[in-house]
Amino acid sequence: MLDKNGIAKRIAQEIQDGSYVNLGIGIPTLVANYIPEGFNVVLQSENGLLGMGPFPFDGEEDADLINAGKQTVTTLPGSAIFDSALSFGMIRSQKVGLTILGAMEVSENGDIANWKIPGKMVKGMGGAMDLVASAKNIIVAMQHVNKAGESKLLPKCSLPLTGVKCVKKIVTEMAVLDILPEGGFRLLERAPGVSVEEIKNATAGKLVVEGEVPEMKLS
Amino acid sequence: MINKTVKNAEEAIRDIENGMTLMLGGFGLCGIPENCINALVKKGVKELTCISNNAGVDDFGIGLMLQKRQLKKMIASYVGENAEFERQLLSGELEVELVPQGTLATRCMAAGYGMPAIFTPAGVGTEVAEGKEIRNFNGKDYLLEHAFDADFAIVKAWQGDTAGNLIYRSTARNFNPVMAMAGKITIAEVEHLVEPGELDPDQIHTPGIYVHRIFQGENYEKRIEQRTTRTKSEQHA
Repeated sequence: MLDKNGIAKRIAQEIQDGSYVNLGIGIPTLVANYIPEGFNVVLQSENGLLGMGPFPFDGEEDADLINAGKQTVTTLPGSAIFDSALSFGMIRSQKVGLTILGAMEVSENGDIANWKIPGKMVKGMGGAMDLVASAKNIIVAMQHVNKAGESKLLPKCSLPLTGVKCVKKIVTEMAVLDILPEGGFRLLERAPGVSVEEIKNATAGKLVVEGEVPEMKLS
Repeated sequence: MINKTVKNAEEAIRDIENGMTLMLGGFGLCGIPENCINALVKKGVKELTCISNNAGVDDFGIGLMLQKRQLKKMIASYVGENAEFERQLLSGELEVELVPQGTLATRCMAAGYGMPAIFTPAGVGTEVAEGKEIRNFNGKDYLLEHAFDADFAIVKAWQGDTAGNLIYRSTARNFNPVMAMAGKITIAEVEHLVEPGELDPDQIHTPGIYVHRIFQGENYEKRIEQRTTRTKSEQHA
């Protein structure tokens, strides 16, 4: 089983040198810590920043410089700042190539639900619906099961959707899976020490296992 | 140059009346028009519809207007930081329309560009699409979303001149430029009000034609919602 940092570390392997990436709140934010040394990756924050740098040093916070999670951040040499419409323009026109975000549920045809639980206070979708409707590559970082022990990888989402047929890959504490074009979660890798059987038991949607499933390499 | 200067926030908002629709710039608490919000609270106008990405926190930003129950409706993309908002929503006192963030920004932009509507893929196949026209372009579905129609847009900029030209600072830019373009009347409060000629025309973010009233703001608190830092010894935060 992986912890949150393990999930982030594995997802970082999916990031290509020279790419523009949007990281959601939670585990996706941790991915920034594991981008390989020497890679030129530009992080986009949808409130209007390309080239998001690390958190500022104590005492150097700037109230005017935040990320989409409203955290104080910094710029880097080569950063650019722009308005919110332009920010979503570069998302909609697929200039931002990869979106990594969390989810409450993913279905076997790639639908994602991550913004609303009926009966609970709805906070809003923020930029998630825009991101999942447009990004070429969408990777979900989440736990395989919810707090009640129920699978979050389902035949069909039960919660209100954020986007349809958009998720390409899922990384959980147990496995790496991709979504097959004809539907189904294809098991690509197991977390260290996790068996195919355990992953099957934790996956409510259709799980496709092809031959030997290798263990993740997290060096 | 046409002089757009007014004395202060009170004068700038003097004709905002009950029941009007206002756009308020900012993302979270970053780049919000603090002076005008305080003046609106003091004036006590009610039954307002506010279009803003967020609804502030309990004791700052739009949260101050919520405490005085001045809002009838909030149009936003994310409202999760405000307990009073939640209370009014659950009790039915406040109506809320949640709009995807990119759609919110682009509906403002469309108004400023003189376009009645936009097509966006955000929300296709979700409850956001309910009751909306869907068009297929090149094999992909898009929702028709209308430009916003706001009586006033209220924005905050870093620098501005008396002709209304504006320059924003850092990510406090966010929704401010698109909202500045979208109001029937646009009010800009600025940290530094200067004379025409002092700003480089090449660096203007919002041309003064979009701005009807401008004033030198005061006592900016610029509150930070999520103060996150690292120590000098940390490589990564």
